[in-house]
Amino acid sequence: MHALNKNRPLRRIMLASAATVSGIVMLLALKPHTAPTVITDSAAPAPSAAASSSPGASSGSGSSGSSGKSGSSSTGTKTVTGDTVQTRWGPVQVKVTIKNGKITDVTALQYPSDNPRDQQINDYALPQLRSEALAAQSASIDTVSGATYTSQGYQQSLQSALDSAGL
Amino acid sequence: MGTVFSFDVRGGDPDAVRAALEEAVAGLHRVDEVFSTYREDSQVSRLAREEIGVADCDPEVAEVLELAAEAERVSDGWFSTRYRARLDPTGIVKGWSAERAAQVLRRVAGVSGVSVNGGGDVQMFGAPEPTRAWRVGIADPLRPGGLAAVISAAGVEELAVATSGTAERGAHIVDPRTGKSAVTDLVAVTVVGPRLTWVDCWATAAFAMGSRAGLAWLESLPGVEGLLITAGDEVRCTGGLAARLG
Repeated sequence: MHALNKNRPLRRIMLASAATVSGIVMLLALKPHTAPTVITDSAAPAPSAAASSSPGASSGSGSSGSSGKSGSSSTGTKTVTGDTVQTRWGPVQVKVTIKNGKITDVTALQYPSDNPRDQQINDYALPQLRSEALAAQSASIDTVSGATYTSQGYQQSLQSALDSAGL
Repeated sequence: MGTVFSFDVRGGDPDAVRAALEEAVAGLHRVDEVFSTYREDSQVSRLAREEIGVADCDPEVAEVLELAAEAERVSDGWFSTRYRARLDPTGIVKGWSAERAAQVLRRVAGVSGVSVNGGGDVQMFGAPEPTRAWRVGIADPLRPGGLAAVISAAGVEELAVATSGTAERGAHIVDPRTGKSAVTDLVAVTVVGPRLTWVDCWATAAFAMGSRAGLAWLESLPGVEGLLITAGDEVRCTGGLAARLG
């Protein structure tokens, strides 16, 4: 049986990638409000439509599948590592530091750095990701609207880290 | 589409919600297959090359093209589905498909709240909790990581928020009149209204119009509010936006 906290509903994350040339990637965060134990006890299959990868794809995401999360203690400091997410520009992965149930830091373990343009974008995207995560937490918002940008890989890896942390 | 979708669903029987999620995700993959202009063999690519007609495509193609024609009419041509004289409905497909995915989840019995974020554009139904409304942060384009505003869905059953602007990898909004990158004094436009299909189109159109014309035009649309941020860091809002700020 899992410890459940009503204010922090359990989330199941399913990362499924069709890894098409245009690289559509799905990130599903299901937050059941009722009877969450039913969800925790069974592993959901990845959506079948998501299991295919087409030829010409830069790489198929290896992160299909799901990870449920049991409730965990919200005291102390811990670090959680997100899934490695394949993007058109290379793999990205982030690490989140959580202290007393609050995010205190987000760092990148892997990011595209093959060319000066990648480096330029990452100089911008990484601090942005970090402060967005911190701002979202303090503003009690559910989601963020913004012009489409290409650091989705970071957000996805961050989301998987948060889901693993039960945040 | 190269876009991340995240789903937040509250309430409902978990098995029914999971089945609906699978349906919604399958629908998004199907949309990518049919509408992608990156795929040479997609129906829309073949339609653009005039190898097939609209009648040969899935019914969704005709539906989207009709919606796009309406958006083009309402925006006086500022929203367009032609790029370099070639059919390219990409500008409407993301918002439309995210709205449709949210509708699929909303129909599940017992579901009390749905939020679908498709690459920074959000469609919401209901509420996350009985005592709390959905809250959407608007990313501040000039202060990376900061929020320019927070929009609340308090008091309404459905709300959508879409933001258009300059992206990390360069300008991507084209002025349909010149075929070149839009010359605009804006860095971002956020539009708020009941349906994502429309607010996504309106954000794109208003961005291309620039702050003065864009604001006046958004003000003229019923049930729609907008927040425009200029390169000079001025924020301009439609009259009714204040009621939606959280």
